[in-house]
Amino acid sequence: MLFNGVRYSAIPAYGSNGDATKENCMAQSLRDSVHLVSDPANLDSSVKEVFHLMLGTECEKSNTQHLQPKESVTAVVGFGGALSGACVFRSSSHTACKIANHLTGLEVEEVDDTVKDAIGEICNMLAGAWKGKVPELAASCGLSVPAVITGRDYNIHVQAPEFRLFHSYFFDGAPFDVTIICDGIR
Amino acid sequence: MSEIRTLIVDDSSVMRKIVERALRQAGLDPLVVHEAGSGTEGLDVLKEQTVDIILSDINMPSMDGIEFLRQLRAQKLAPGVPVVMITTESSEEHVKQAIQAGAQGYIRKPFTPEQVKERVLPLVRAA
Repeated sequence: MLFNGVRYSAIPAYGSNGDATKENCMAQSLRDSVHLVSDPANLDSSVKEVFHLMLGTECEKSNTQHLQPKESVTAVVGFGGALSGACVFRSSSHTACKIANHLTGLEVEEVDDTVKDAIGEICNMLAGAWKGKVPELAASCGLSVPAVITGRDYNIHVQAPEFRLFHSYFFDGAPFDVTIICDGIR
Repeated sequence: MSEIRTLIVDDSSVMRKIVERALRQAGLDPLVVHEAGSGTEGLDVLKEQTVDIILSDINMPSMDGIEFLRQLRAQKLAPGVPVVMITTESSEEHVKQAIQAGAQGYIRKPFTPEQVKERVLPLVRAA
């Protein structure tokens, strides 16, 4: 059955074991909230919240997909538990430096460890803010530590995700993309 | 206000700087900051230094914030020093886990300097 592009299967019967029952209740609850989990508005409000609170700036959603820059910085934070998948932040090196400058108050012009650290933290906060929008998800889904990839001509591929939210934004004229990939809801 | 000695535990050096800046904006001045990149490093710092407040991330490689808190209590390091968790994890379960391990405060990332002030200042004053 599909709902908002999300596939979900039959709800399992409750077991007699307490932990299993609790887990089943949580899984059922998450399936009940699947329309919230895949709501694109949650991603937009999470991005705006993180940029407003941590960078003191506003960002605008872009309706067109940006051209992939030659040199890019990508941060990935994995989701585990009731929902498996990842939050992926991707931008040009220029945008990444600009974000790091706003976040740290430093003047960084090249992608160095500070920029990678800053982008990893932004992605971490985006993932946390996004999953915090749905209480059942916040309670049953954990986050990995961020991984940051830099370079050119690479793609991140996930085979047959349950759903994928891909949004582009502008921050002070600098473009970036955020993707939520869900490859399973237990 | 006399000198406030702080330990900030976070695997991100950028986040440690942001927390330090937020503490200064919150009016904690003069401030002496000790930094640690993991729970293990945090325990090492506390074997050498006396602090007035500890702010720690939860989600860290090698030793996470909850284990850091447990070890802190088990090794009787920094007795009576308040610990505030700063983390992206915001569920009731995570808050409960942190409180059970001995945390006195909880700040969700992203945060504002005002939130840091509200959670940290009363603990510093009480200590």
